[in-house]
Amino acid sequence: MSGFRSAVITFPGSNCDRDMADALEKVSGNQPFRVWHGDAELPERLDFIALPGGFSYGDYLRCGAIASRSPIMRAIVEAAGRGVPVLGVCNGFQVLTESGLLPGALLRNSGIRFVCREVPLAVANSQSLFTSGYEAGQVVTMPVAHHDGNYFADDATLDRIEGEGRVAFHYADDVNGSVRNIAGILNEAGNVLGMMPHPERAIEPEQGGSDGRVLFESAVKGLVDA
Amino acid sequence: MKVRVHVSLKPGVLDPQGRAIQHSLEGLGFNGVHDVRAGKLIELDVDESVSDEALDDMCRKLLANMVIENYRIERVAA
Repeated sequence: MSGFRSAVITFPGSNCDRDMADALEKVSGNQPFRVWHGDAELPERLDFIALPGGFSYGDYLRCGAIASRSPIMRAIVEAAGRGVPVLGVCNGFQVLTESGLLPGALLRNSGIRFVCREVPLAVANSQSLFTSGYEAGQVVTMPVAHHDGNYFADDATLDRIEGEGRVAFHYADDVNGSVRNIAGILNEAGNVLGMMPHPERAIEPEQGGSDGRVLFESAVKGLVDA
Repeated sequence: MKVRVHVSLKPGVLDPQGRAIQHSLEGLGFNGVHDVRAGKLIELDVDESVSDEALDDMCRKLLANMVIENYRIERVAA
């Protein structure tokens, strides 16, 4: 395939940006652009934007709060509005909720402890750009590593996103107290996915599993076929 | 002038930190503590000309997350 144009955004304190870039390059065959948070503009004609995990700005104020107000986020909100696919993983998910691109918020884990282990996830929506390579109801394994992954939204919002098929993944078991065991959600248009588990840490057997690779393959295939 | 912004979790939002503090108080032998909610206090030193509307805007755009938090603005006499 030729010219899959993706960008990985790095904030001060991001620590999964290299893994994310590596996953995108291995799956698409094209090296992603690396974009700094202070940049005001994204590279042109992007096919895909990834917000990586980490602890942007040391989780000051609230996880993702400061990063979501950084200069590059204005360009990302604008690109998301035009339909450019945006994936936010872990801290990237927190940045997406803080920016208003996704509903709800991520609170401190209900058990207070940092959770770092592989967890089973049930695929709730297998029709989206990011999840078309999975079967609905399929249980996959991906690592989580977070202190603030406890997804919260009010009941009206939860009913709406569940009714619209916007839950991409559920935890198969309670991991962090997330309401309705929600692990990842889509925006209304389906081009923005936020999730706490790390697909980029599960792209080849050497990492302990490759269930996350399917997510990147789905996106790359969906965009090339489109 | 000094402005204090009190940020607290909305009622109904689980506060694991508050619960841990409560358990710790119980462990120290303090009785009769029914619930603990932890919030934060943000102190700003602002020009007198900064309006209430501007302070409110700061809270809504950054200092509080309106999905999970409430805020209260208090102007403190110098």
